[in-house]
Amino acid sequence: MKVLVTVKEVAEVEEDFQLDGLHVAEQYLEYDLNEWDEYAVEEAVQIAEENDDVEVVSVTIGPERSEETIRMALAKGVDRAIRVWDDALDDVDLLDVGAKARLLSAVVEEEDPDLVLTGVQANDDSFGATGVSLASAIDFEWAAVVNALDLDVDGGVANVRRELEGGVEELTEVDLPAVLTIQTGINEPRYASLRGIRQAQSKEIKPMALSDLGLDDAVVESDLVLTDVYEPETESDAVYFEGDAGEQAAELATVLREKGVGAQ
Amino acid sequence: MSDVLAITEHRRGELRDVSFELVTAGSDLVGETGGDLHLAVIGGDVDAFADELALDGVDTIHTVPEGDEFNHDVYVQAIAALYEELDPTYVLMGNTVNGLDYAPAVAEQLDIPLVTDAIGLQNDGNLVVTREMYASKVESTVEVDADHAAVTIRSAEWEPTEAAGEPAVEAFDFELDESRVRSRVTGFEEVGGGDVDISDADVLVSVGRGIEEEENLELVQNLADALGATLSSSRPIVDNGWLPKDRQVGQSGKVVTPKVYLAIGISGAVQHVAGMKGAETIIAVNTDPDAPIFDIADYGIVGDLFDVVPELIEQFE
Repeated sequence: MKVLVTVKEVAEVEEDFQLDGLHVAEQYLEYDLNEWDEYAVEEAVQIAEENDDVEVVSVTIGPERSEETIRMALAKGVDRAIRVWDDALDDVDLLDVGAKARLLSAVVEEEDPDLVLTGVQANDDSFGATGVSLASAIDFEWAAVVNALDLDVDGGVANVRRELEGGVEELTEVDLPAVLTIQTGINEPRYASLRGIRQAQSKEIKPMALSDLGLDDAVVESDLVLTDVYEPETESDAVYFEGDAGEQAAELATVLREKGVGAQ
Repeated sequence: MSDVLAITEHRRGELRDVSFELVTAGSDLVGETGGDLHLAVIGGDVDAFADELALDGVDTIHTVPEGDEFNHDVYVQAIAALYEELDPTYVLMGNTVNGLDYAPAVAEQLDIPLVTDAIGLQNDGNLVVTREMYASKVESTVEVDADHAAVTIRSAEWEPTEAAGEPAVEAFDFELDESRVRSRVTGFEEVGGGDVDISDADVLVSVGRGIEEEENLELVQNLADALGATLSSSRPIVDNGWLPKDRQVGQSGKVVTPKVYLAIGISGAVQHVAGMKGAETIIAVNTDPDAPIFDIADYGIVGDLFDVVPELIEQFE
């Protein structure tokens, strides 16, 4: 059995930052493995540990820089990785969901996995749509926002819980092969061990260009045009307490007492 | 003229709020383009839902009596069939958990671009969608350079439409391909079951990622004890297993409406705010002066919780 897990290096913006055209200026960005994908990786690795003959392959769409991040997935037990990038992607401001699904579909065709795991969303652009779009494109069944997974490999079914709003969970049976988008909290992502980090150095990260996937530049053409990027206006009309921590706490205590808090 | 087809949402016999917000977003959009607003209600007691959805600005409600509850395979097929029949310019859906479960497949099958989690929509010839990036630190506008598009809207960004209207109600027949229904919803469960119901509490002390380590939770628990408050949290604390799920405030946790909500080390992600913005008084303690929590706070302390909380405990001991 093969599990393909999509991972993404995401940029996190520092507290204070400046914009450079349609982007946050590079010096204010820090890169990390997308939080949701960490849980997807952990789920995939656990499936490999609990079942015989499972290979876990991760795929990312990202420039060479992202290999450093992708190695974290390898260090946690992913067997090998594929990195899709191409000069044609360098100039794309906003890679839309359809384009991502087309790129990943080509990887699925190449790898022929039984199960695909993705994070629910990526921390940077927050589209939250790649997994389900991919499922539809490759004609896999799917489930979004999965926070518990019980895989019945022989029965060809994934029993999942979907985390709905308001503290309600939906129980659903999903036919395999499937794409599941994984919610945070489904497991406890492991720390990479020193041994894992060492081993990851020798694991393969295979770069693939569009031509390697039988695609041409048109695949990344997007109907979406990023037209403006700006800092949202702050709407705060909060009363701020000034001074040192003791003074701030004293003022807050006064407000709390006025509201009847702590009066027992 | 651009018609809009908005897909309503319901769960366990009740229309969800986003359905009424979709009516507002949809009628604003057709107000700019001069088209018609169509609603679709799929599954459940569609006639009762259609009565409730007879709202101002709606031209036609299409009822699709297929299944009791949401099933994405059914939704995708039904919406694709409706799209073929109505040829709307825009398909609007909720950026809800179920929206995330069917909207991308709808867009993919119809081969139209998808923009998710919209917080603003404008049409000046092309559709322009406002959305957030980088955990709400940056806002962006995205122009859709296509004849058709699918958009999901963020919950609670548009006022719900309440005014009654007189739309036409039409039953929509389509042939469901059962072989394409490959998932089955088998039930629902409430999470939690603990002995504390945070939605009943008058005063909540809520802790977030800023607490850094599990052992530091004790500090915030001490504050809650000193104030006679109940301890709740944002999502990362529950994801880490430091507090049980029934303590989580937010979109996927509990919705709370206490008299006082004290947010300690919580940045105020939109999913969290959705669960607590109804609090009478919101107080935030955070090191980041730009944290979104301050946008909705009544009182703020920009400072380190590890300095402020012990001082505050002292005030009440």
